[in-house]
Parts: sequence; C-alpha cells; structure tokens
Amino acid sequence: MDIFLLFISAIFVNNILLAQYLGNCPYLGCSKEKGVAFGMGAAVLFVIVLATVICFLIQKYVLNVLHLEYLQTIVFILVIAALVQFVEMFLKKMVPPLYKSLGIFLPLITTNCAVLGVAILVQRKEFDLLTSTLYALAASLGFLLAIILMAGIRERFEITRIPRSMKGVPSGLIMAGIMSLAFMAFKGMIA
Amino acid sequence: MASLVQEFTKGLWKEIPPFRLVLGLCPTLAVSNTANNGLGMGAAVIFVLALSNVIISLVRNIIPKKVRIACFIAIAASLVVAVEMLMQAFAYPLYEQLGIFVPLIVVNCIILGRAEAFAGKNPPLASLADGLGMGIGFTISLTFLGAIRESFGSGTLFGVPLFGPDFHPFTFMVQAPGAFVCLGLILAGMNFLNVWQAKRKGVDLDPNFDAGCSGCGACKMMDKIAAQQKLERLEPSKG
Repeated sequence: MDIFLLFISAIFVNNILLAQYLGNCPYLGCSKEKGVAFGMGAAVLFVIVLATVICFLIQKYVLNVLHLEYLQTIVFILVIAALVQFVEMFLKKMVPPLYKSLGIFLPLITTNCAVLGVAILVQRKEFDLLTSTLYALAASLGFLLAIILMAGIRERFEITRIPRSMKGVPSGLIMAGIMSLAFMAFKGMIA
Repeated sequence: MASLVQEFTKGLWKEIPPFRLVLGLCPTLAVSNTANNGLGMGAAVIFVLALSNVIISLVRNIIPKKVRIACFIAIAASLVVAVEMLMQAFAYPLYEQLGIFVPLIVVNCIILGRAEAFAGKNPPLASLADGLGMGIGFTISLTFLGAIRESFGSGTLFGVPLFGPDFHPFTFMVQAPGAFVCLGLILAGMNFLNVWQAKRKGVDLDPNFDAGCSGCGACKMMDKIAAQQKLERLEPSKG
C-alpha cells in the first residue's frame, strides 16, 4: 500500500517537472508539438528507469563497497552518458522501428537533469531496488503526462493572439505555473 | 584588454543568464525561494563555470571533436565534486538547503552551453573572463529572483523581516507555481525591454526567442524532427 501511495504521489503530487523543477529544458524546448512531446517523454521514461536501476546497482555494489561515495556525481553522469550511447546503438542495430520513434531523442537526454536527478534522489531517500525502480517509473510517467499536456496547450497557443513579448518561453513558464497550481490540488488526494 | 572587459561585462547585462540567455532554468526555479539560497547557488556556479571554462579552453585543441561533450561533462563533474566537498566542509546548512541541486550543476546547461559556445573556441584568459561574467550574471539573476520571491512569499529579505508582524505571507510565491509565474513575468519584461530598445534604434526586433539553450542544440534538433514528421504525414513514404 505504501508503494502504491508513493507511485501515485510521484506522478501527481511530487510531479518531477511541476513540483521538483527537474527537466525544464526539454519541457520548454520540445513541447511545441504533441508527436515530438510524446517521443521525448517516452525516451525519457525509458532512460530514467534504466539509468536509475543501473546507478542503484553501481552505488550498492561498487561505490559503497569500495567507500567511494564521494565519486557518486561523476560516476553517475558518466554511466548515464555511456548508457544513453549504448542504448542508442543497441536500438539502431536490434530494434529499428523503436529506434526510428525514440532513438532520435536519445542523444538529447544525457544532459537532462531529470535523469541524473532521479538517480541521485533515490540514493538520498535511501529506497531499496524495487522502490527505486517504481519511483523512477512513476516520476517519468509524471514527466510524460506533464509534457504531453503542455504540448496540447501550446498547440492551441500558436493560433492565439498574445502580447508579442510573452510569446515562447515566458508564456510557457506561466502556463507551467498554472499547471503546477492545478497539480498541487492533488495533495488533498493523498493526505 | 578591452575585449577581455567586454567578455566579462556581457554576462552582466547584455547576455545575462537566465534572463536574456535562457540557460539553466531548473536551478533558477528551484533554489530561488530565498535570496540567500540564490546567492549560495550562484557562488557554486561561478566557481564551477570559471574553472571549467579555463580547463576546457586549455585542452580545447587536444580533445577530439567527436567526444568533446563527454569530456566537457567529465571536467564539469570533477569540479562539481570539489564544490560539493567544499560546501560540506564550510557551508553545510547551505548544502542541505540546496540539496540535490548541487550535484545537478553538472547537467546545468549553462556549463555545457558556455563550454560549447565559448571556451571550446577561445583562449584561456578570455574564457575565464566569460565564465566569471556569466557566473556573476547568473548569481545576480538568482539573487534578484530570490529576493522578490522571499520578500513576498515569507516577508523577509536575506532572513531579515521586512514588513512587521501584521504581514500575511503570500506563500504562493515561495512554492513551485510562484517560481514559474515569477520567472515567466521577468522574462516577458526582459523581452519587452529588448523590443523597446530596438525600436528606439529603429530596428523591428522579433522577441520570440526560443529556449536558447545554445549549448545542447536540442531544441533546434527538435524543430528539425517536427518538420520531418510533418513532411512524412503530408506525403507518406513509398513502400
């Protein structure tokens, strides 16, 4: 039951984008069209889950054993960079259809702070492996949800008359603020 | 010499991140709930950015083009680990406050963006000037945003009460929605200023700047992908 609660709250209440401010660059940059937003969100989901599991194992069986905890940041980011490269090569060779829909987004994800953020967050919260995986899944589902919603709104915004200086990023940020306000209401659902 | 000063001062107003150069939004939103946090985060970023710029510019001719991003990340990550240790030793309360956003300086696009756009092409001294200027600009922005949010959201500035005991804090400002709306309004204001200035010089400027994460180029690539997908929808590929 606790895990279920964690899952739901990671999607809605502690939404990684709207409540924890992680991954804003793709959120604002890649949300102009629903198709692109979905591709980005799905690729992020895939990478976050994989990266969190691998980083968890490395932390537990390499860094903790050798007392190299202080290398966490540098090891994690290099692992994520290598992982993204590897997944891209693997998909290209083995699953071309998936590569065609997700692969193009992969190189852009290395420096997405949501990936490193979740990997470090589960360490700070001292989750076990199962909880970490579920948390990563929930957090990235939240990301997917938020970015698709945003793209849907922004497609409408393209044909709306708004002040010239509000176009683009400023209006995107204000929309994100209003969405974040709406997501805050989910707090009542959990408490 | 004049050019060095120019490299330094452009980060302070003309290209101040994240208000004019939209870089590093995540930490900007996250740690600007008080002016103090903004200042501390800014100091950490100045350290990392200035040093990473110098180091990258020193090794810029040795790194092969294809693996340069990985090298930039490795250099930035080592510096961030150093900052983390320094903060744990000398500013532990601040380290606790900033939390996960200290290690996340690694993936702050401001570091990679400046490495890619400036330090990878320019000599060390100019890169140092650029890094310091950009870092200080970032600190000013964060402290400014933090000051606004803190004074309305909790009625204090740098921890000092501003409005007396009868003030009801507007908590919206220190929470996530307040961060988004506040930054959005500031960016819109900056845009407005840009257009107004350009108009006075007789230029018609289109303020619609994209999320100018010039370093990662992700957005430009996204637009390309979107255009391609549109094309494919219009004329389905043969076979």
